[in-house]
Amino acid sequence: MQNRKLMSGNRAIAEAVKLSEVNVVSAYPITPQTSIVEYLSEFIARGELNAEFLQAESEFGAMSACIGASSVGARVFTATCSQGLALMHELNYVAAGLRLPIVMAVTNRQLSQPLGMWCDHSDAMGERDSGWMQIYVESCQEAFDTVIQAFKIAENRDILLPTMVCLDGFILSHTSEPVDIPNQKAVREFLPSYKPDADYHTLLDVKKPLAAGGGCPPAFTMEFDFKKYEAQEKGREVLRKVDEEFGEVFGRQYGPVEAYRCDDADVILVAMGTMVGTAKDVADKLRKEKGWNVGVLKLRSYRPFPKEEVIKATSGSKAVAVVNRAISYGIGAPVFSDVAAALSNAKEKPFLLNAIAGMGGRDVDQKGLSAVFEKAMKVAETGKLEGDVEWIGLNRNLVGG
Amino acid sequence: MSKPYWTKENFPITPNIRNPGGSLAFKCGQWRSVKPIIDEKKCTKCGICVLYCPDEAIVKTEKGVVEIKYDYCKGCGICENECPVKAVKMVSEVEECKTVS
Repeated sequence: MQNRKLMSGNRAIAEAVKLSEVNVVSAYPITPQTSIVEYLSEFIARGELNAEFLQAESEFGAMSACIGASSVGARVFTATCSQGLALMHELNYVAAGLRLPIVMAVTNRQLSQPLGMWCDHSDAMGERDSGWMQIYVESCQEAFDTVIQAFKIAENRDILLPTMVCLDGFILSHTSEPVDIPNQKAVREFLPSYKPDADYHTLLDVKKPLAAGGGCPPAFTMEFDFKKYEAQEKGREVLRKVDEEFGEVFGRQYGPVEAYRCDDADVILVAMGTMVGTAKDVADKLRKEKGWNVGVLKLRSYRPFPKEEVIKATSGSKAVAVVNRAISYGIGAPVFSDVAAALSNAKEKPFLLNAIAGMGGRDVDQKGLSAVFEKAMKVAETGKLEGDVEWIGLNRNLVGG
Repeated sequence: MSKPYWTKENFPITPNIRNPGGSLAFKCGQWRSVKPIIDEKKCTKCGICVLYCPDEAIVKTEKGVVEIKYDYCKGCGICENECPVKAVKMVSEVEECKTVS
């Protein structure tokens, strides 16, 4: 049923979009997303994918086209990152509010200034409160599988929210790995065509006229926000079910989180994206060489945030270190804040360490993550937490401290 | 008070307007702060105000009388501006209320 091929993360995304049989792709090129839409335009030009390709004049235009296409009932895909995602910001709220199940790949890249094209999660973090679901992937195979899952989750009647599949720019988007590609029939059975409901959310149909995108008085606005919130809450269950169903059909399953060697762990490192793989290696090494009980908690679903899973995985641990690839200036970092919020009412509260790493493409290497584990282990042993944010890989020769 | 557009029974997930209602349901004349009054003695029934009214809120009746539909007039004052014999005068709604009471 499956055909194994060597391909980059971007190619894996494009192959998954093809097998998802989307009707419309609208995008604007931006490094390191570009090759996703280049592959897709090739597939469409060669007739391998029966879809409309709309090259927009900007990301603002691309998301506008996606909203329009989704509003007439098309299955829609787009991809962007960094400044492009920032330019879409206004429309991202519109797509979520109109409850349009658009799927977007975000090849995570830093935001200017300083201008650079390298990986961090600042871009997607800027959209975390927009109502979009966000899933962070670790490998090319997971990127492929998650796109197909994302359409099924987003199009679920209880959800109807746009969904981002976030993959680390360059580190994953341009790294080649073997990827198992299932056949079209199997994917079609798993993901039947999108059937929007004119009476339920947004579908422009001349037989059932409606005006979308208009004003709404204060008497109703909060209620629509509540509906979106409710959909994200339900998203947890839908994400789990779709993932399980995917596992039954294709033999691969990821879960909203992956708790790696967390059962007996005194110290747990929380991370998202490609650094999870490195963290697992470091955990194995520390267990073997130092006899430390350490584990790694990978957050795959970031919105909705897997609160229960975080509480469950960290219960019994003494210290939890959250490694963020993004900064929240003036407080710390977004993933840390979310983990802290999730654990705020938990019965057993481990010490929480906040680490920032890998900004603007800075390598997150074994040495850096070992230092985080070490620091967390010290806290676990002494019961004392000193300092605020750990800056991993920061060149103190340049900035002091 | 008009009936709320959405109720518990029909509350949707998107703020889309499925039943726009049109001008029969929404009397936009409530927005007006100044009101045009036609001086019947000066009016020559030329119909220029009827043509210029952007809301089609001025009509010429079968009897040839020029009439303003106050349910829809938003008080823009174009009729006052266009009237060749100065038969239309914009009057403050506040002042109007005072005279009525």
